[in-house]
Amino acid sequence: MKPQMPVIPGKGLLKGMKVTLKTLFTRPVTVNYPKVKETPAPRARGVIALDPDACTVCMLCARQCPDWCIYIEGHKEERPPSRPGGRPRVRATLDRFDIDYALCMYCGICVEVCPFDALFWSPDYEYSESEMGEMLHNQDRLLEWLDTVPAAPALER
Amino acid sequence: MSPWLALAIWLVVVATIIPVMGMAIGYAEMKISAHMQSRIGPYFAGGRFGWAQLIADGVKFFQKEDIVPDNADRPVFKMAPVLVMVGTVGLFVVIPFGPGLTPQNLDLGIFYALAISSIGTIGVLMAGWSSGNKYSLIGGLRAAGQLIAYELPLVLAVVGVVILAGTMSLDGIVQAQISWFSETGWGLGMPFVIVQAVGLGVFFIASLAELSRIPFDMPIAESELVMGYLTEYSGFRFLFFFLAEFANMFTLSAIAATLFLGGYWVPGVPDSILQFVGPLVLLGKIALFVFVSIWLRWTFPRFREDQLQTLAWKWLVPISLANIIVTGILKVVI
Repeated sequence: MKPQMPVIPGKGLLKGMKVTLKTLFTRPVTVNYPKVKETPAPRARGVIALDPDACTVCMLCARQCPDWCIYIEGHKEERPPSRPGGRPRVRATLDRFDIDYALCMYCGICVEVCPFDALFWSPDYEYSESEMGEMLHNQDRLLEWLDTVPAAPALER
Repeated sequence: MSPWLALAIWLVVVATIIPVMGMAIGYAEMKISAHMQSRIGPYFAGGRFGWAQLIADGVKFFQKEDIVPDNADRPVFKMAPVLVMVGTVGLFVVIPFGPGLTPQNLDLGIFYALAISSIGTIGVLMAGWSSGNKYSLIGGLRAAGQLIAYELPLVLAVVGVVILAGTMSLDGIVQAQISWFSETGWGLGMPFVIVQAVGLGVFFIASLAELSRIPFDMPIAESELVMGYLTEYSGFRFLFFFLAEFANMFTLSAIAATLFLGGYWVPGVPDSILQFVGPLVLLGKIALFVFVSIWLRWTFPRFREDQLQTLAWKWLVPISLANIIVTGILKVVI
């Protein structure tokens, strides 16, 4: 099909020019970042926080991670039996939980897959570094992010 | 005043005006384009509004290494940016900035201006040819094809004005616009845009193409040719091309303003005052053209190569030829 000629030639061009002129005189949507800061949406995917107490070293997140950016190490610890004369219990203890944000692509699969609610999204985004190695956040650093996690939305009835 | 002293003064004036105007237009382009895209643009350099952004950019270019590729034709490669700059500087010679403020009032002013502005084309072609790079070569050839195609409507659009004014001197053309209705004694003139609107349109479009700015930037075409004939340039040689583009924008806008908008002249202001405000008036008219070309650049996408040639040969050349015929008839009738 041949493109149809407009009734008035150049009408489309003028329309385009009108758009740019109008945008020229409207307020820019961007802000001067370090001076002015935008508040991200409460459930924005900024950084992943870890609750080490909830983690059971099940490795589901590390195995699901498409970028292999989660490093987990743990060991088994013997606990005294709950009843006298019972079998001593074994509990998995977390030694290391690192997320390399230089590799992370913020897909959030780890957060979704965690069966024990140990991983959370936090909207905080200001953790850029001048050295690549600094992007590896260890367990303590991930725990710090936990404070910035917003409260979960109310359940639907 | 000895001619050598006068020459030295003009040299200093031109040597300051070109970088200053180039940077001013570059800064305007950065800011306007940013706001047209709903961004803020440069903000930090220089404290407020990023006014020193282009100075910082210029200093950055001087710090960079001046790389000449192994395959390049060294002398030609090194000379090309200078040649492009020559075309730009040469244009300044004939622009009347006020009554008696023409650097050199040539009788064939506009002819000289159009001729010297094509020297830049040779520089571009040299840059493309000598780089020893396929992208540069294609870019250079495209530039040659485009600049030659649009040289024609550019010249033909000027012919209408020359017929009306009866002179080729740019100063004479301004005088002709001032004294158009002089026999009435009202002190009214007529900027030629009133009868040469078509000519102005053709001239403006052709000058955009001469500058190879978007929508006519096929020679650079980042998406296909990396940076066209500029691909291999770095450091201050790249800066030369960059500055030449913006300075060229300034000079071509100045010529358009002189030919069609009456140059330094505003109705009802006597010559004695115009001597001082004339350059500012001309700057205002130039700013108008510069703004429109920035506006067009950030609105439209790039032409395809065949569309580009079609526009030149099938539309602009016939339109400007028809314009010449109509102007000739008008001149005889009046």
